[in-house]
Amino acid sequence: MSVVVPIAAALGLYWSGIVLLDEDSNRVVVVAAALVIGVLGVFGLYYGMDWLINRLPESYRQKVRPFAFVGPAIVVLAVFLVYPTVNTVFLSFLDAGGEEFVGIDNYVNLLTQSDALLALRNSFAWVIVVPLFSVVIGLGFAVLSDRLGSKSEAFSKTFIFMPMAISFVGASIVWRFIYNFRPEGFGEQIGLLNGIWQAVGLEPVAWLLQEPWNNLFLMVILIWLQTGFAMVILSAAIKSVPEEIIEAARIDGASEFKVFSRVVVPSISSSIVVVATTVIITVWKVFDIVFVMTGGKFGTTVVAEKMVTEFFTFRNSGKGAALAVVLLVAVIPLMIVNVKRFRDQEATR
Amino acid sequence: MTAATAGTDTGLRKQSLWSRLTDRWVVKLILIVIVIAWLVPTLGVLISSFRPAGLVNATGWWVVFANLGSNEWTLQNYSDVLSSEGFGNAFLNSLAVTIPSTVIPITIAAFAAYAFAWMEFPGRQWIFVSVIALLVIPLQMALIPLLKLYTTIGLNGTFPAIWLAHTGFGLPLAIYLLRNYIGSLPASLMESAHIDGATHFEIFTKLVVPLSVPVLASFAIFQFLWVWNDLLVALVFLGGEPDVRVITLALRDLNGSRGSQWHLLTAGAFITMALPLAVFLGLQRYFVRGLTAGSVKG
Repeated sequence: MSVVVPIAAALGLYWSGIVLLDEDSNRVVVVAAALVIGVLGVFGLYYGMDWLINRLPESYRQKVRPFAFVGPAIVVLAVFLVYPTVNTVFLSFLDAGGEEFVGIDNYVNLLTQSDALLALRNSFAWVIVVPLFSVVIGLGFAVLSDRLGSKSEAFSKTFIFMPMAISFVGASIVWRFIYNFRPEGFGEQIGLLNGIWQAVGLEPVAWLLQEPWNNLFLMVILIWLQTGFAMVILSAAIKSVPEEIIEAARIDGASEFKVFSRVVVPSISSSIVVVATTVIITVWKVFDIVFVMTGGKFGTTVVAEKMVTEFFTFRNSGKGAALAVVLLVAVIPLMIVNVKRFRDQEATR
Repeated sequence: MTAATAGTDTGLRKQSLWSRLTDRWVVKLILIVIVIAWLVPTLGVLISSFRPAGLVNATGWWVVFANLGSNEWTLQNYSDVLSSEGFGNAFLNSLAVTIPSTVIPITIAAFAAYAFAWMEFPGRQWIFVSVIALLVIPLQMALIPLLKLYTTIGLNGTFPAIWLAHTGFGLPLAIYLLRNYIGSLPASLMESAHIDGATHFEIFTKLVVPLSVPVLASFAIFQFLWVWNDLLVALVFLGGEPDVRVITLALRDLNGSRGSQWHLLTAGAFITMALPLAVFLGLQRYFVRGLTAGSVKG
């Protein structure tokens, strides 16, 4: 048995490799082969290392074994996060082709070119508007649904939460359909927003072309996606506020609104901060929504989207890297906070 | 004392009976309005995807409610999108990308998390602190150098290229979550296993992994949704060639080439959503548990 399994795994990997390399193979077979390689490969790696370690002299085993456990993780992190990060910072001081040193030219460009400034301005607007609305709506929904019976509470929360499973691309299509506009003579309006607009007697509007409001219409998509996350975390926090404190405030004659604003919100403030920062990080890196909805045109470009366009469309690795560094610099304070919080936790353990 | 409290209590109730009743209705009304606002966008896409092409592009989807019973429905949009627009293939590619991109980081992270929690080795503390620092690195930082690296070694556009990229990007969170959980398992359990002569590898596979199923499941759902829904990493490392492109890319291309053919776009959008929605609704409990464990703590 102990011999059969490794041999079967090795044969499976070998067969999968042949299928993957053969370009004429059937798609289903290729996918199956990919699954075999990907899944068996990683298990095989650890079993192989363990097998080797067990054949080492006793005195070495204890020293080597921890590195068989963490080694792969360290290698992956070094190659896929640490090295690229250092390299991107380096590239941001080179020219478009990544050959000549140009000093801080790429950064000067960012602060003087109008479209780069626009991207910065828009990104800041996203980072303020989206977390604000996600947290406020999420918190409101969590508090109000807390008063329902547990079944209808869970049921109603599912609908708010559901968009979390939808991709940014999928959500963009969903909302392009809402914002759809047809000029006169091209048929009835089939976008919901223009349908409502007409029903109340107004002229249809090309929503996504209305600068600067179109930015707001794109932000709505991300609010729609992120509110569920905020709601779930805040709801769990609200439920952990001790019932006695709330009852005590009620008996003292505090109105429901006062109970909420003076008792509940202060006791969940740390959760609100965590939710807000998590949403801010997501928003800061938003790329897909702008890319799919407008391609960054009509004054809707943001930093993360501009970074991809600079590098992949204009082939300017210097500017692309500089924009990526801008994304990084903004999250460094969070990095420090996280590490500090971990150190404190360890100290109190 | 007891009587006094009870007295004020009933007094309070009497006083606010009417306002409590209206309160309850106001609360329900607000909740219903929000739920409808959240549901309608998806509902419009779902309904449109089953309407015949001519109707989708001629009238708003909400007219189906005006003449309930006399509507025409069709599956034609789905069969068009799956075959001639290549969504069937893209769906398979997405599976080939997503499943290993979920299994590989979990496996690597679980071994590492066990080592960080229960093994002694030099540098243990500061390596783990570095992992925490890496948690917030935007993946945009990695795109350009990794693409150059992949091009040099000829890995670009292959499945392993994207598996490894997703593994790298998902690993810090996975190690962090799993280490918190695995580290909280009782130390006495580990000690008695050691006394029985079990090696670390045996303890890990036979004891720690079975005990960690809840946290493994919640991270798996996270990573699955994240990889399945990803556009950027797939666009950069796998590319848009019809034979390898994943389903989000197929939808992006459909949006570009047939941006006004809403019968195809809505069906395509729904195909991309179907699997994550099913996973999500089926395993919601684990997902919520993972979310709260990941962020409420601390």
